[in-house]
Amino acid sequence: MKTICLYFEIHQVVHLKRYRFFDIGTDHYYYDDFENERSVSDIAERSYIPALNTLLQMIRDNGNAFKVAFSLSGVGIEQLEMHAPQVLEKLQELNNTGCVEFLAEPYSHGLASLANEESFKLEVKRQAQKIKEYFGQTPKVLRNSSLIYSDDIGLLASQMGFKAMLTEGAKHVLGWKSPHYIYNCALAPKLKLLLRDIKLSDDISLRFNNSEWEGYPLFADTYMDEIAALPDEEQVIGIFMNLSALGIDQPLSSNILEFLKAFPACAKQRGITFSTPSEICMKLKSISSLDVPDTLSWMDEERDVSTWLGNPMQREAFNKLYSVADRVRIARDPRINQDWDYLQASDNFRFMSTKPSRVGMDRGIYDGAFDAFTNYMNILGDFLNRVNSLYPADIDNEELNGLLTTIRNQGEEIEMKEKEVIRLQGKVDKLESEEDKLRLQVEKEVIGKDAPKNPSHNTPAKRTVKKKQKD
Amino acid sequence: MKVLMFGWEYPPHVYGGLATANFGISEGLHVQGDIETTLCLPHPFGDEDQRFANIVAMNCVPIAYRDVDYDYVKSRIGNIMNPDLYYELRNHIYADFNYMHVNDLGAMDFAGGYPANLHEEINNYSIIAGVVARTLDYDIIHAHDWLTYPAGLHAKQVSGKPLCIHVHATDFDRSRGQVNPTVYGIEKDGMDNADCIMCVSELTRQTVINQYHQDPRKVFTVHNAVYPLTQEIAEIPRPDHKGKEKLVTFLGRITMQKGPEYFIEAANMVLHRTRNVRFCMAGSGDMMNQMIYLAAERGIADRFHFPGFMRGKEVYECLKASDVYVMPSVSEPFGISPLEAMQCGTPSIISKQSGCAEILNNCIKIDYWDIHALADAIYSICHNESLFDYLSEEGKKEVAQITWEKVGAWIRELYLRTLGW
Repeated sequence: MKTICLYFEIHQVVHLKRYRFFDIGTDHYYYDDFENERSVSDIAERSYIPALNTLLQMIRDNGNAFKVAFSLSGVGIEQLEMHAPQVLEKLQELNNTGCVEFLAEPYSHGLASLANEESFKLEVKRQAQKIKEYFGQTPKVLRNSSLIYSDDIGLLASQMGFKAMLTEGAKHVLGWKSPHYIYNCALAPKLKLLLRDIKLSDDISLRFNNSEWEGYPLFADTYMDEIAALPDEEQVIGIFMNLSALGIDQPLSSNILEFLKAFPACAKQRGITFSTPSEICMKLKSISSLDVPDTLSWMDEERDVSTWLGNPMQREAFNKLYSVADRVRIARDPRINQDWDYLQASDNFRFMSTKPSRVGMDRGIYDGAFDAFTNYMNILGDFLNRVNSLYPADIDNEELNGLLTTIRNQGEEIEMKEKEVIRLQGKVDKLESEEDKLRLQVEKEVIGKDAPKNPSHNTPAKRTVKKKQKD
Repeated sequence: MKVLMFGWEYPPHVYGGLATANFGISEGLHVQGDIETTLCLPHPFGDEDQRFANIVAMNCVPIAYRDVDYDYVKSRIGNIMNPDLYYELRNHIYADFNYMHVNDLGAMDFAGGYPANLHEEINNYSIIAGVVARTLDYDIIHAHDWLTYPAGLHAKQVSGKPLCIHVHATDFDRSRGQVNPTVYGIEKDGMDNADCIMCVSELTRQTVINQYHQDPRKVFTVHNAVYPLTQEIAEIPRPDHKGKEKLVTFLGRITMQKGPEYFIEAANMVLHRTRNVRFCMAGSGDMMNQMIYLAAERGIADRFHFPGFMRGKEVYECLKASDVYVMPSVSEPFGISPLEAMQCGTPSIISKQSGCAEILNNCIKIDYWDIHALADAIYSICHNESLFDYLSEEGKKEVAQITWEKVGAWIRELYLRTLGW
């Protein structure tokens, strides 16, 4: 029996503002609030809310036979919290139906997986934590930013305890193989891989409204026929896309939501079901391992990382940014960390791409690649200065880490000692009160006796307290 | 196909961008194989390259009959014109111009270049064009810039052949909108009577359509191109400035049209933040003293240099020594100089108000008035090696693709359309 795995990504970049080089050192706020508010509320209104309403309706109408998965980047959640909290409420409502799975992904939607393992792990943990706070689910399946995947990343994910990862069913990796099976990571056989069907996904997200495309207009029954016509053994159809494909890339006027609404009924007629990624991983076994020595992603025709790291400018920006990854992690300064999240977002690198692209590229506030690079480097210049001025630059990371650990340990020690002080103080109080009692007794007895035993206990106790405080 | 072309200047005697463009177009047409060009120039020196066009020296064309013998003609003008052509031209004198200042051969002298009596020279040029137009055999007329429009028109009236005019600049570009009515009149008359108008950029095309009220259907964009560097120039080494002081260059006439004051203001902003950059404003022009004063007033004269007018190899040496080339033109019909800078591997910053911005991708484009963006771009190229390297390499590759041959093919196509062949 065939099953469709429908997955949507929810992420919006925090737009950087126009930042000139003369602002370096004087202005530490990097974001274009107006543009952020405008773009997020616009996308929420035109895409997220109508799309989520439709999905909710579909679940309700089909007695929970319809299932769907989402992943939200931490940065995306922050943006929604600020500018469109109704989207998060809607997602919680969807979550309550029990037919929705939330996946893990790096908090910043950045490229840490290509540069710094520790940062990557930390980011995924933070995002998973945030998902748990909002939806009460602990994600079991990981999807890296833009489905970036390689054997090494798979191994890392498996070590972090994830059962599966989503990635692109890229032709140059699969070759003759079909994306409609479950595979496993070559380095970590336990980690299952769910692949995106490029054609079926792009039919919706890229071409749906294109009247020059031979498949236009696309109807749900022909779409399901195509899936049903696949060989019987090919059971998993991964349809992954941005949620904003519904409404922004393909406008609502193209009736894309009606098309989606017809999915469950058409699927049912053909005996096709819907599943979340974890369900699929539980039910199905991997048929073979998949070697991915070179990194792949779902971007552009090449399906690799050239969208973000294709030209030397992007690589310089990337290298400079991640050169402070360890330091930022060690420093734990809240404002620095927040900026770090926003600067990491892969969109910042995409804006600098000089690749010719068939699909028109939205570069946000920038005119072109060079403009994007200049602006980003100015901001990065200021950011690096701040990171470096936090602790002197000549202390290397290990030493700094050592010092910070010492400070932290000392803090703990002081805390422990304070507790001991309190305990001893209690003891002193107790002894003093006992002494008082004895004195009373002695006073009562009045006659002749005047040498109390207790003070000899009392003084040494006080001395130890003083000694410890000095420490 | 035979083309009668009217030009004003031609290499190696270069006064402005027109000479280079004219030469390029002649070569581009020659490469097409089936086009024979006759180029009329007011004052050739005899050392012009005749491979791509037959040059007719307008200052040797008789407009009044003089009975001179062959040897005398040969000794007088043999280096620039075949005496046989002289006699043939003499047979086509169409009116009595003895009242004009004619010389012993019945011809009129030209000063060459852009003298004070330019309007008179334009008129004389047009009179002579009448003789040439009656003598030669051709299919189409092609006139470059307003100086030659009257001549082109005259030829069209005489022969009835279609006229193409080539707009290298309009008076709106030269004057920031304060047009000279006489010049505007000549330009408008030429355009009104032309069968095809070729503009060096879409920007100019829009000016021609909107300011000269031309029918968009006969106005076409023909972007300029650039010559590959000669061996000698290509071999000038590029000094390595990595980690050292950088040089930012402005190279061109220091006039209102080129926006030099924006360059100085941006330089001022850059120098307030960083000291290891020098600025150079090469060229001369009517705003030069004003600009020297401005630089001094901003207190940046110690890092802002005016080396004066440069020619030939000097230009390329200067470009190669630069880390950034800036052209903040307020209105530039095309602007070949950024292409030359990019050929030398120098990253360029150009204003969006220049025609070459329409065909270049690997350069930084800014609004000429946006000095913040200009300063930012200069700073960025000086401080980010990757950006410098990328623009340098990719810019070179990109410019290598822009050739006169392609321009020639497009002009040929326009000729055919105009002729209805």
